[in-house]
Amino acid sequence: MMKDPFGGMLLNTAFRILVPFSLVYAVYVLILGESSPGGGFQAGVVMGFGIILARLILGEDSGIFNIRLKNSLALAGCGTFIYTLAGWLTLAGGGKFLDYSFLPVAMEETHELHALGILMIETGVTICVMMTILNIMDAVVRRSED
Amino acid sequence: MSLALHSPVFIVLLPLSASLLCLAFSRIHRKLGAYVVQLALFGALISSLVTMRHVLAEGTKSVHYWMGNWAPPIGIEFVVDPLNTAVACMITFLAFVISFYSKPFLENEDWLHYGGYFTLYGLLTVGLCGMTVTGDVFNMYVYLEIMSLSGYGLIALGGHKSMLAAFRYLLVGTIGASLYLIGIGYLYAMTGSLNMADISERIQPFVNTPLFAFVVACFLIAFGIKMALFPLHGWQPDSYTFSHPGAAGFISGCMSKVPAYAMLRYFFYVFGIHNTVMGALMNVLGIMGICGILIGSVMALAQYDFRRMLAYSSVAQLGYIAVGMAMGNIYGFIGAVLHLINHAFMKSSLFLVVGGIAYRFGEVNLYRLGGLNKKMPVSSIATVLAVLSMIGIPPTCGFFSKWYLMLGAFEGQQYIFIAVLVVSSLLNAIYYVRIVEQMFVQREASLTEIHDPETKLGMPLSMVIPIGVTGLAILILGIYSSSLVTNIVEVGLPEVLLK
Repeated sequence: MMKDPFGGMLLNTAFRILVPFSLVYAVYVLILGESSPGGGFQAGVVMGFGIILARLILGEDSGIFNIRLKNSLALAGCGTFIYTLAGWLTLAGGGKFLDYSFLPVAMEETHELHALGILMIETGVTICVMMTILNIMDAVVRRSED
Repeated sequence: MSLALHSPVFIVLLPLSASLLCLAFSRIHRKLGAYVVQLALFGALISSLVTMRHVLAEGTKSVHYWMGNWAPPIGIEFVVDPLNTAVACMITFLAFVISFYSKPFLENEDWLHYGGYFTLYGLLTVGLCGMTVTGDVFNMYVYLEIMSLSGYGLIALGGHKSMLAAFRYLLVGTIGASLYLIGIGYLYAMTGSLNMADISERIQPFVNTPLFAFVVACFLIAFGIKMALFPLHGWQPDSYTFSHPGAAGFISGCMSKVPAYAMLRYFFYVFGIHNTVMGALMNVLGIMGICGILIGSVMALAQYDFRRMLAYSSVAQLGYIAVGMAMGNIYGFIGAVLHLINHAFMKSSLFLVVGGIAYRFGEVNLYRLGGLNKKMPVSSIATVLAVLSMIGIPPTCGFFSKWYLMLGAFEGQQYIFIAVLVVSSLLNAIYYVRIVEQMFVQREASLTEIHDPETKLGMPLSMVIPIGVTGLAILILGIYSSSLVTNIVEVGLPEVLLK
């Protein structure tokens, strides 16, 4: 955790615009990743960037962005589990592993089910990448403060 | 039964899901994550047994599982044949048994280390099982990386000099993985496919081209590094010596065997051995194996550190597998496969014993083990069984694999292999019997206990039982060796050898 945040009036003001913008943009990249450049990995990086920015500027006061190392490690695992969960759901729906046509969701069209399945695994990847980036950040900060 | 149809995917999926959730569960309670991983490993063991039953009952040569129902060669498939279910059963069995053994070593760790250890342990199992059952070339690369990365982590957790050993393995291992990736790239350029069965047909027009020779050389070096075949084994003694004592049994038992199995699968099932390039390669493999056997044995003879001696002995034993492959006939193949399975149990058993001694006395010098038969009876008996098996004395399993290797060498009239096998058995006898001598004959060494033995058997029960089970497995594998060969190995023989 950053002990000495390097905020100031200018950065604190910019933060109010930059962080929400990067988070919203990350969600945009995540959802449109299926049909345009982008996807889970990129969304995770952008989201991680937003959170790191908040923590650099506000330090310990960054509120919900202040995700501790122990939580971020566990969440990175859970993020990847969402990926496998998509596979478990298709198995539960009677299909083969990751056969999205068998997702147990009431949808008429097969391609909608496929989109849903892919969105699900991309969400998992996003969470995993975001938390892993926070872990790396934590490791670097801890080393520099030692 | 629909679940039986999905059993191939459960072998990988169960440990994968559990190890991903392990840290989150450990956050709730320190030991909860470990229980989840153990449960999943048990599930994986059951799945591999179900798969084996399915494959053997089917009468067909293999069972295919298409991921996402995409038909190969476009989709990724798991291909389970009699041989790789046997290897998968071996991996999941050892993983499950040794997971209990690890626990006393972690007793004083916080939740992060406790959960983290089991996460890596579960992922290592995932990588090993995945490499074994996958039928896709690139998918195997992914599992190879999962295996290697979790392996680096587990080795680095050992403390003391383990960081350096892990870093060295990381550098060498990455070169191996990169070479494998380059090999895949060229293979794809030649055949336009990533499916093993598909490649085995499409590669045939190219088998005499220089590019094919390059690919094969890449694969030889890549898997050679991962399985610690002779000139590529530099990383291995340090890594095995300094790895986490709880996982050392599993790492030494399985982590080098699965790349050996992968090599065997590529050479015999995908590329076929009856062409000029592969013929030359078999000679190289044979020479590497012979040098590995001799130099590994001699180096093992020179060690004081019990763990290091076992690590060099592994270099020699992997040489046996290479020699078995290099013979290129049915007996040699059976010998290689049998030795692959047998050696996993022998080496695990011995490493578990060393870990136990280190746990109780903090001692790894093999000249300070006097009178251990009274202090740790179960470990001593397991050591005797493993030692007999290493030398190759019936009815332990080591005898049978060496027997088949000898038969193979006779059939191929490769008398140099016979000479090497005999010499190395003698060397094995010299360096292993001195351990038994130390344990049973020598005066009692003055050892200070750093952990309370807890039971009369000299160690906590969760450590004694795995040692006993792996020791017993050596005997059982030996006694049922013939049924293992006729029911599993001979059913799964590659077609190139049957012609």
